[in-house]
Amino acid sequence: MCLAIPARVVELLDNDMARVDLDGVTKTISLALVEDVAANDYVVLHVGYALAKIDEAEAEKTLALLREAALIGGVA
Amino acid sequence: MKHVDEYRDGDLARGVARRIAAETRPDRAYRFMEFCGGHTHAISRYGIDDLLPENLRMIHGPGCPVCVLPMGRIDDAIALARRPEVTLCTYADLMRVPASGGASLMKARAEGADIRMVYSTLDALEIARNAPQREVVFFAIGFETTTPPTATAIRLAQREGLENFSVFCNHVLTPAAIDAILRSGETVVDGFIGPAHVSTIIGARPYARFAQEFGKPVVIAGFEPLDVAQAILMLLRQANEGRSEVENEYIRAVTQDGNRKAQAEVDEIFELRESFEWRGLGEIPDSALRLRPAYAAFDAERRFAMQPCAARDNPACECGAILRGVKHPRDCKLFGRGCTPQTPMGACMVSSEGSCAAFWSYGRFREKAVS
Repeated sequence: MCLAIPARVVELLDNDMARVDLDGVTKTISLALVEDVAANDYVVLHVGYALAKIDEAEAEKTLALLREAALIGGVA
Repeated sequence: MKHVDEYRDGDLARGVARRIAAETRPDRAYRFMEFCGGHTHAISRYGIDDLLPENLRMIHGPGCPVCVLPMGRIDDAIALARRPEVTLCTYADLMRVPASGGASLMKARAEGADIRMVYSTLDALEIARNAPQREVVFFAIGFETTTPPTATAIRLAQREGLENFSVFCNHVLTPAAIDAILRSGETVVDGFIGPAHVSTIIGARPYARFAQEFGKPVVIAGFEPLDVAQAILMLLRQANEGRSEVENEYIRAVTQDGNRKAQAEVDEIFELRESFEWRGLGEIPDSALRLRPAYAAFDAERRFAMQPCAARDNPACECGAILRGVKHPRDCKLFGRGCTPQTPMGACMVSSEGSCAAFWSYGRFREKAVS
């Protein structure tokens, strides 16, 4: 029920709506619940609504942390 | 897909797992609860349990809205759908949930009730716009993630003067359930993996009291397997160092304050119910939402003067104890013997987020049986 997927905003539309790309699939969703979203931003998409903007810099930090933990752990 | 594939890298996962193994102390046990069904699903699907040391166990929590909704509410929804003037719109997860007397929304639809599966509240609004002669009711369930889309639909319906649209509200609150688990003292938990998408809305702050008052570490994590593995490592480190803090692994989508615009939307439309019944956890005060009196016209419970019916689960079904983390799906007599995702007898076998469905679907019990 709480599952949500990352979607790339392709185009902002009228009435707080947007066209997004989901790995090749295009869908129209609502941006009514988020602020300051622009084309090419990634959003967390849930039941037709963007719930949050994905922060690219924070995503990079998380990946760096994972690589570091895996490296200390020893990647086969 | 970007922001997904990176967090499913098997080599990285094995590296993180080795780190977990190296830092797990052999002289103690660790019991961490993943609150969300989304995490339960990831743990089963990607075999994260198999990567963990024997003395580090994950306990599945009650964060599956389909699972915790008491049977009486499904009975109420079916009664509503059987009214000739009503079109009931619902998320697909609810269609096969067992109701009293072997009923379900799926069976009610086969018997002629006008029940539609929708992907979004926006679809329910569209159905209402196109059928002004019908009473279109949206069967709203879900935690804080799913509540803002319901609130937006009600606001839009009011703005458009859509008089044939209403909501049967069953939205529930995550912190209230974590509180109930901790207060019951029945489940021994050393820390929690905190919700992913619930937290995009409510932020990290509401979990602070579980760390401060109850001394339980909380690590908010995304739903991908590497997110879960990293969160387990972070919980392990807190436990080893005797810390209890709220940490955020899912910083790419969760902030300290959450989504204030969505919070304001929810606050405008909804207020707390004094009490609400949860399957497995019983009545929990201040744990659910209902429409504010200003929006009474959109409240299906008032509009149709719905009388709540009391209902009892199948007495052999262990969903209640499983939702509290006291029992495991394999402890249930019905598991796999009559109760499967094709023929669910309890709610935990219906939704893919349910512990029983996750455990069954990925065959974890079969591997255990032969090992």
